[in-house]
Amino acid sequence: MNGRLVLNYMGQILRIEGVFMLPALVIAIALGETGSVVGFVVSAGICLAVGTVLTLMKTKDRSFFAREGFVTVALSWIMMSLVGALPFCISGAIANPIDAFFESVSGFTTTGATILSDVESLPKSDLYWRSFTHWLGGMGVLVFFLAIAPISRGGGTLVHLLRAESTGPTVGKLVPKLRYTARILYGIYIVMTLSELVLLLVGGMPLFDSVTTALGTAGTGGFSVRNASIAAYDSVYLQMVVAVFMVLFSVSFNIYHFILLRQFRAVYKNEELRLFLGIVIVSTVVVSLNTISLFESFGVALRYSFFQVSSIISTTGFATSEVNTYPELSRSLLILLMIFGGCAGSTGGGIKISRLLILLKFVKNQIHQAIHPRSVKLMMIDGHPVEDGMAKNVCGYMVVYVIVAVVSVLLISLDGFGFETTFTSVLSALNNIGPSMGLVGSFGNYGSFSVVSKLVLIVNMIIGRLEIFPMILLFVPSVWRRSK
Amino acid sequence: MKIVIVGDGKVGFALAEQLAHEDHDVTVIDNNIMVLEESLDALDVMVVNGNGASLEIQRQADVQNSDLIIAATSSDEVNLLCCVLAKKLGCKNAISRVRNPDYTEQIEFMKEELGLAMTVNPERTAAKEIYRILQFPSFLRRDAFSRGRVEIVEFVVDEDSILVGKSLIELPKLIGMKILVCAVDRDGEVVIPNGRFVLEKGDKINVTAPSSELVKLTKKLGIKAPRVKSVIIIGGSRIARYLTEELVKSGISVKIIDNDREKCVELAQQLPGAVIVNADGTKQDVLIAEGLRQTDAVVTLMNMDEENLIVSMFANSIGVPKTVTKVNRTEYYPLFDDLGIGSVVCPKNLTANGIIRYVRAMQNTSGGTVHTLHRIVDGRAEALEFTAAAGTKYLDMPLSSYKLKKNMLISCILRRGQIIIPSGSDKIMLGDSVVVVTTSDAGVSDLNEIFEEGTK
Repeated sequence: MNGRLVLNYMGQILRIEGVFMLPALVIAIALGETGSVVGFVVSAGICLAVGTVLTLMKTKDRSFFAREGFVTVALSWIMMSLVGALPFCISGAIANPIDAFFESVSGFTTTGATILSDVESLPKSDLYWRSFTHWLGGMGVLVFFLAIAPISRGGGTLVHLLRAESTGPTVGKLVPKLRYTARILYGIYIVMTLSELVLLLVGGMPLFDSVTTALGTAGTGGFSVRNASIAAYDSVYLQMVVAVFMVLFSVSFNIYHFILLRQFRAVYKNEELRLFLGIVIVSTVVVSLNTISLFESFGVALRYSFFQVSSIISTTGFATSEVNTYPELSRSLLILLMIFGGCAGSTGGGIKISRLLILLKFVKNQIHQAIHPRSVKLMMIDGHPVEDGMAKNVCGYMVVYVIVAVVSVLLISLDGFGFETTFTSVLSALNNIGPSMGLVGSFGNYGSFSVVSKLVLIVNMIIGRLEIFPMILLFVPSVWRRSK
Repeated sequence: MKIVIVGDGKVGFALAEQLAHEDHDVTVIDNNIMVLEESLDALDVMVVNGNGASLEIQRQADVQNSDLIIAATSSDEVNLLCCVLAKKLGCKNAISRVRNPDYTEQIEFMKEELGLAMTVNPERTAAKEIYRILQFPSFLRRDAFSRGRVEIVEFVVDEDSILVGKSLIELPKLIGMKILVCAVDRDGEVVIPNGRFVLEKGDKINVTAPSSELVKLTKKLGIKAPRVKSVIIIGGSRIARYLTEELVKSGISVKIIDNDREKCVELAQQLPGAVIVNADGTKQDVLIAEGLRQTDAVVTLMNMDEENLIVSMFANSIGVPKTVTKVNRTEYYPLFDDLGIGSVVCPKNLTANGIIRYVRAMQNTSGGTVHTLHRIVDGRAEALEFTAAAGTKYLDMPLSSYKLKKNMLISCILRRGQIIIPSGSDKIMLGDSVVVVTTSDAGVSDLNEIFEEGTK
């Protein structure tokens, strides 16, 4: 374990976070929110100071392998969330440290689950910071670090950082250089965020709300600055803009890169994209037919259903209607969508559509194999054979996923909330959605959960965002053994 | 620059590593996903899995928009097809590895007709290198500049050398000729020394000297320099064939030992001037019986690095004056110093050097092309030869009036056949060839890059 190098990178991450606190500080000063000014000054100061101290850790040993990558990512995320909670704590906006930590983790992991019952009472600068954590956490702070860091030449092994932080079973580069891959990803991300911002402003949403909503959608987070979430803006146009962008942000960013390169064939042939859009369309139709009695017409039902499906499958968690009032079929379907999540290489959470695709093909091959035991069959995705190891990898992932979910459900059960709330709150945290069902329905909050439950959900959120293994590795003793 | 490398083997990987290190956009194509995964983990490159000679794969690797394709698969024919296709697709330059000796005669023709920028033959390059080493057995390495007129030679300062304890500034007086120590390897650290640097025993030093004065240099330094008159080559590889041709031509008697009967028959046909022995060259009694004690030099060219190293160590231990060992894996270079095995030659690195020189020359902006690039001190330092062009800064100004960047040294200036080992009062003039020595992480591709900015 190359500890000094890991600490050095963590220091650089901390400095990035410190710099990113400055816009929030500007907002606090501009609006005269005294408590928040203090909060951001102190927090940013701590980030920059501690970060600088850590970056003084120099080492000649440049060895950086998969485990260093995992550990750096996992520790950076924990550290980042802890520090991200400071502004809330210091300013007193969320005085309870556990609550502040919950809110911060929920922000960075793009979950969007809140412990606040009255969001609108929070200072504006804190609200901005909350939404900004979505944006940064969505694409990943280490990817940002890779995009801007002066990576020494031959720093190819830093690809392990990209792998550990980006979503999906395989992470490939878009262009030969890691640095430019990271820049392209952030470039697309920024352009799309700005596009949404403009469209929201055009629809008459106030500037502050537009900014925070755009940040929240981009990271597929779901923190809203209104208690009534997106339902607060009584505009079909705004709701549809948000709904469409939620879907767009949960599509793999490789697709947008293909579009930029005008390789439309690759987009058209992409099986993950097809499956994802198929699921969105079918679910929307099923849910709207199922909920038609709740709304005045099929058109209205379609609109609300699309928003709900988009919000859940993208793992954002914005709301325009109360999911608890939906019929059982729709609710069951939505729970399924919670687990599926967005595409690999997007900002969405969940198990990812590509894993679903691999599992489905794997099952199909197993059935084929049972009927024709001697047949040789390759798993093909996008016309390329997929290695056997991949299916094993995904199956292993699912097993650990279920174990984490089961253990968490058992722990949350201690609070005695009833099965629906317990089960869906775990799924919601593990898949980074936010609001779910029961007590924590579309407009609900996690304020009533016990400290233990909050901690369990915090762990679930980080495990979910980093796709399990980086966090699990932290608890494997051999990872920490000295390499010498 | 955008560079596509086809074939992720020994040469392919070495190239990818070096080129990615020099900040190029490198894409590697191979049909073995396992080796690609390794490259992806270790290097900042993109990989494409498939047959590099297929159009679809080349398009995936974006060959049409690339500046250079380097084909280094194990098959010459595939390499040539890769290059031809890439050129037709719109790739600007192509380099192909062609190593079948049957094609040697037609290589220039193919280069011309197929529009290749360069062809490389690792075995032939290695053979030439070994031949040059055998010419001056007292040096571990020889690297030539300016068409062989100047060389950088490497040797170890041993205990009873007259150089021990002397500072570099004293050297010209001490040995009565102008030489310049341009890089020193002391306990694994590479130093680009200045005049006050004091030599110690065990230092591996690289010295710039005119080729015509190498004999004089060995005499002055008191190094015994027996001429090599007989060579035993163990392993009848392609390198052995090329090397033997050269050696026989210059009247050196050659004996090749190889275990493979058919190969021996083939070699006997091709190399009538050499003695071919069909026996196991790793066996001590075979080696002794074949005259290992009497020979002037042993060259080990078997496929296995380990066998080569062991046989060289054995040859060394019974007092063979000169051993040359071929090694494919360079990771263990630092260990070889302690083994006392003499010169080590690595074909893949020699090939990579040639290609990297070409890439640097492509990059060069001020018109002062990189003529030669040698990586010295186990690849940790570089010696490059440039031409001073009109765009070169500080022309006609004495060297003492400006500063070079850290770890940069001008080791030699060549002006119309005249060799200048520079001192502070010398100048770089238009059209001069300048040999620069630097540590290898600098990646210099232009003469102007060696000057410290902001000096007058």
